[in-house]
Amino acid sequence: MERDILKAMLKDMLLARAFEERAAYEYTQGNIAGFLHLYPGEEAVAVGVLHASEPGDYVVSTYREHVHALVRGVPPGKVMAELFGRKDGCSGGMGGSMHLFDQQRRFMGGYGIVGETYPVSTGIAYAIAMRNLPEAVICFFGDGAVNQGTFHESLNMAALWNLPVLFICENNRYQIGTEIHRHSKVTEVYKRACGYKIPAEQVNGMDVMEVYKATQSALLRIREGTGPQFLEIETYRFRGHSMADPGSYRPKVEVQAFKDEDPVTVMLQDSIPEYPDAEKISAVGRDNIEHLSNHMHRENLINPEDIEQMKKQVNEIVEQAVQYAAASPEPSMDDAWSALNCNRGQEVLI
Amino acid sequence: MTDEVLLWQALNKAMDIEMAADNSVFTMGEDVGLYGGSYRVTEGLYAKYGEWRVRDTPISEGGFTGLGVGAAMVGMRPVIEIMTINFALLALDAIINMATKIPFMSGGQFPMPLVIRVPGGVAKQLAAQHSQRLEHTLMNVPGLRIAVPSTPQDAWWQLRQAIQSNEPVIILEHELLYFSKGPLDMALEAPPMHRAAVRRAGSALTLISYSRTAILAQQAADKLAEDGIDIEVIDLRSLSPIDWQTCIDSVSKTHHLLIVEEDCGFSGAGAELAATLSERCFYELDAPVQRHTGLDLPTPYNGTLEAASIPTVSSIINAVKQII
Repeated sequence: MERDILKAMLKDMLLARAFEERAAYEYTQGNIAGFLHLYPGEEAVAVGVLHASEPGDYVVSTYREHVHALVRGVPPGKVMAELFGRKDGCSGGMGGSMHLFDQQRRFMGGYGIVGETYPVSTGIAYAIAMRNLPEAVICFFGDGAVNQGTFHESLNMAALWNLPVLFICENNRYQIGTEIHRHSKVTEVYKRACGYKIPAEQVNGMDVMEVYKATQSALLRIREGTGPQFLEIETYRFRGHSMADPGSYRPKVEVQAFKDEDPVTVMLQDSIPEYPDAEKISAVGRDNIEHLSNHMHRENLINPEDIEQMKKQVNEIVEQAVQYAAASPEPSMDDAWSALNCNRGQEVLI
Repeated sequence: MTDEVLLWQALNKAMDIEMAADNSVFTMGEDVGLYGGSYRVTEGLYAKYGEWRVRDTPISEGGFTGLGVGAAMVGMRPVIEIMTINFALLALDAIINMATKIPFMSGGQFPMPLVIRVPGGVAKQLAAQHSQRLEHTLMNVPGLRIAVPSTPQDAWWQLRQAIQSNEPVIILEHELLYFSKGPLDMALEAPPMHRAAVRRAGSALTLISYSRTAILAQQAADKLAEDGIDIEVIDLRSLSPIDWQTCIDSVSKTHHLLIVEEDCGFSGAGAELAATLSERCFYELDAPVQRHTGLDLPTPYNGTLEAASIPTVSSIINAVKQII
């Protein structure tokens, strides 16, 4: 792959990691409240998918969407200000962490109810198809979301009407605290798509280059008129479900397996029936950022100084984002009424 | 020019003129296309506008109502038909969590020109799962407009206004009114969508109602007039927002208020009307506000019991006579 693309993706992954770790810190400081779902471990998914998409494509995301917004180009200060609940946030302080929106960048929201990204995506795709445009909709959801009714309803309609939707399952193996073998009979999520005749494949979500390539070819097929496509991207979140969740339900050995290359002990297999075997877990492998930077070293595409420089840059960007957020005023109650009445020309009717 | 038309025909004409005027208008729902709509509202539109603009859907109320939300976010004007209000319970996430929250949660970045048409109410012995009213649930959602047309003229006006509006609008259509006849003047200028109509002027009592019971209330008022009891009848036309001023002006004149609704009384639309008008008209009232509502009962299948569970012309007359 081209060096420039790899460098841009590495930088976005580093930014994503730094941004999220800083958000966790700001939460502990009381600057961010409510639910805060963080993305460390999963960076390769948002970065790989969105780097392979076009600015004209629409992005519909979940409540774990800070990184999707950042990679889409929403300014980090606007995202952080939204987490802080400030007026200059990308949703004016009305949405918060789970509800980032940016109409101009076609970032169509973070949704807090599991399974809502599908109908929003099919609706946008229906409009695209009616207008005969070359755009596509990228619909993110987690493994826990595939048991909602809207999943099946929407996949059926997308396939039936040949809608340009790229379904991206971010399979991090957990729906909050319930491991995939305890929430789904069929744990290979991509297989569910065949019930609707939607082409689907499994992708290693710890390797951003694989994610990029798979997305690129799926989007190409969509633009050729093949209809919806489906990627199950296997990934892992290093943190708990949200900042309110210590993640203690997960075996430490599993967490470690995804963080580094150590093979998983046989004990894991013995203690948890029907669990994916150690070989499979270790094949998914190490931290996705390390994976990319090691690759670039090996191929002489980058040197350690460059990476250090990049880390410095992203830390500086995050620091500025925090300063921007902290300096932004609180929204007023008038702003709230204005958001409610935006579509009735601010007419007060009662 | 005024024609006599059926209410479904007025809705059909409204759909047709809006679809002809703006190609971002499309309609979607179960059997709206080839079949022509279960109450004929979309009759002829499939042949005229094609399958992309008149889309027959699978039975997936949550999925296709949510699809309407997504399409509205990018400037389409979807008119979603949910076959009956009872099925809309499966679409409440799309209506409540999505359509009304997205414009707000995004800080006002997105339009939501979504219209949801839903037949409902007690029809003829359809039993409890096909005879509900959900106004109480929908009224409690900020940012949702609810229109309740009772005449062909209002159906024509309000559907057109809903399609042209950038807000989410639910149109509650009463199943027993689709084949009721009334005048339609397509050239007549529409009042604001939420403006209440004084259907009959009177001095002894204000009767506030909406949808089918507003028609029954007018029939009751005509009979009462024969006995020399002269009441004023207000048809709300809209349950959210409510045109309070028209109600207050009337109560200030008659000093008596009766609210009539088909829905269950407990925590319903009538409860909201009674509470707000008691607060705002307390010193104008000569008697406590009274409600005459449907029973707090799932609708029985048995025809006699069904009829006894909702207001009728004679029960409305009795309710009025108990006040004055």
